[in-house]
Amino acid sequence: MKSFNKLTGIIASIPQVNIDTDAIIPKQFLKTIERTGLGKHLFHEKRYDQNNNLIKDFILNKQPWSQAKIIVAGDNFGCGSSREHAPWALLDFGISCIISTSFADIFYNNCFKNGVLPIILNEKIVDEISMLAEQGVEISIDLEEQQLIVQNKLYKFEIDPYRKHCLLNGLDDIGITLENKKTIDSYEEKLSSKIWHKPESL
Amino acid sequence: MKKTLFDKIWEQHVVEERQDGSSLIYIDRHLVHEVTSPQAFEGLRISNRVLRRPDLTLAVADHNVPTENRINGIKDNIARIQVETLEKNVKEFKVPYIPLMDSRQGIVHVIGPEQGFTLPGCTMVCGDSHTSTHGAFGALAFGIGTSEVEHVFATQTLIQKKPKTMLINVSGSLSIGVTAKDIALAIIKNLGTSGGTGYVLEYSGDAISDLTIEGRMTLCNMSIEAGARAGLIAPDAKTYEYIKNKPMSPKGEAYDKALEAWKLLPSDEGAVFDKVINIEASLLEPHLTWGTSPEDVLSINDVVPNPKDIDKENLRNAMQDSLDYMGLKPGQALTDIKIDKVFIGSCTNSRIEDLREAAAVAKGRKVADGVHAMVVPGSGLIKIQAEKEGVADILIEAGFDWREPGCSMCLGMNPDQLKPQERCASTSNRNFRGRQGRDGRTHLVSPGMAAAAAISGHFVDVRKFN
Repeated sequence: MKSFNKLTGIIASIPQVNIDTDAIIPKQFLKTIERTGLGKHLFHEKRYDQNNNLIKDFILNKQPWSQAKIIVAGDNFGCGSSREHAPWALLDFGISCIISTSFADIFYNNCFKNGVLPIILNEKIVDEISMLAEQGVEISIDLEEQQLIVQNKLYKFEIDPYRKHCLLNGLDDIGITLENKKTIDSYEEKLSSKIWHKPESL
Repeated sequence: MKKTLFDKIWEQHVVEERQDGSSLIYIDRHLVHEVTSPQAFEGLRISNRVLRRPDLTLAVADHNVPTENRINGIKDNIARIQVETLEKNVKEFKVPYIPLMDSRQGIVHVIGPEQGFTLPGCTMVCGDSHTSTHGAFGALAFGIGTSEVEHVFATQTLIQKKPKTMLINVSGSLSIGVTAKDIALAIIKNLGTSGGTGYVLEYSGDAISDLTIEGRMTLCNMSIEAGARAGLIAPDAKTYEYIKNKPMSPKGEAYDKALEAWKLLPSDEGAVFDKVINIEASLLEPHLTWGTSPEDVLSINDVVPNPKDIDKENLRNAMQDSLDYMGLKPGQALTDIKIDKVFIGSCTNSRIEDLREAAAVAKGRKVADGVHAMVVPGSGLIKIQAEKEGVADILIEAGFDWREPGCSMCLGMNPDQLKPQERCASTSNRNFRGRQGRDGRTHLVSPGMAAAAAISGHFVDVRKFN
């Protein structure tokens, strides 16, 4: 996984609540067997009309936000489907940080597995950042210091220490878990007392 | 200390508690489908890792599969490659698999219980948010992303923070024509789509005990629509009866031992939950959604809401946007909304009881002119059972389009999609914009309400048909 430490870039505001993963990456693009190449389909129905022409007034189709590296959005970002194609599409577009008042659980988890940083801030701050975003400003994010700076304003954010550690170092969860293989082995040995545990064959 | 059902399952599955407060949790059952697994299998190959417990894994293709003329194969090349990739992967990693042309094929959340793969007290995951369905058996079941699918492949565990618990007590009994789907919609209306975030829901009360296993699956299925990754219902005699003699469920002594353990699972009297919600079942009416979020729920005899009644500007604008997208006007009676399509199916409502409920309404009647109504059974076995019982004949005679099993128009990954501005009465779980087809308009309802709308050509109170 790509590590995440510092990020400076344009921030795009999508001031809607409940932005679902169907909107982030619609179903027709889930047929891929790859993780890459989804950026051009990010927010497909907001970005393109039925004839596949760019919808010019959508924020990510306008300069300078078409170069955005960060999105600020309303409550419950990433709700709905578990599709990890959502963070893959964001990342492939060039967005590796989302700021919101709240995130849906599965999307939130999926972000950390892909080097995307979801930042939770209170409504007042999200509104302030959203207003600044509309001016096309850049924002600087420092994960180590857990802070973001925009227009000389500094905001602190909270993050789970283990997740922070993994993001900063680009660590692969699976590798870490497999270091504990013996613990899993001994858990499985105890399972033999549950004689019903293993499914019968199909 | 008194424990909840969730506490008991959690404690039994902690492999290791970590310093940061998270836990390594053992996963007893892993369901796999074609859409969210290819990158996870590929990840194993790239890192040269083995799939630790293929014997605790079960795979099936459901999202991409055609629901008609299946014998001709999948026409969409990219979809076909994805299904073929699954077939190649299950062979390479020796994962039990139900092939596309097998009568046991179906929606992953339908076949799990049907094959006896789902058991009370187990932890269960799948790269699909509707894995919450299996909570109907008292299994801690939740959806995960593809990276976590790979993590389970490689380790048979997941790193999890312990969620909070919410008890949803549904007392009293449902009136005739009001179903598990209506309970689910009422709860999502109450909690909102993020009210359950960070919680595992436990449903209890007389109205829940009274539900059939199919109804319980419908209810648990939609927990994620309230933001909760998992919903739970304590196992009881109905659960044990359902599981007994299923192909993959324990047999003989193993079943007896399992039963002893399962009976210890229900929450202890007086166990404490982080939050409690009470709902009176007798007050519930048939529900439907009017907007583009599953929390946009009204009773059938209500009218379309008015954005002017909303104080907060961004929410007022959001409501107006939803109404514009849905082509609805404030104050319009819901029973005046005409429909073009009906979809009876999905992991929410495609089981035999759902099809019976639709057939009971459709019997001796005809689908209205201009309405295309499709029925997509949840599995091949359900399709066969419905055909044997005469349920299929009733629906076909009424003019319903009787299809092959799969996810179908719930998300429209296959050719079953709405055209722009087409309006659908759907028994699925999400009315998001574009979900069933670009610019399509989805209203979520129970199977009975969907059938009643099919017959009438517009939404109608199903109780008028009883």
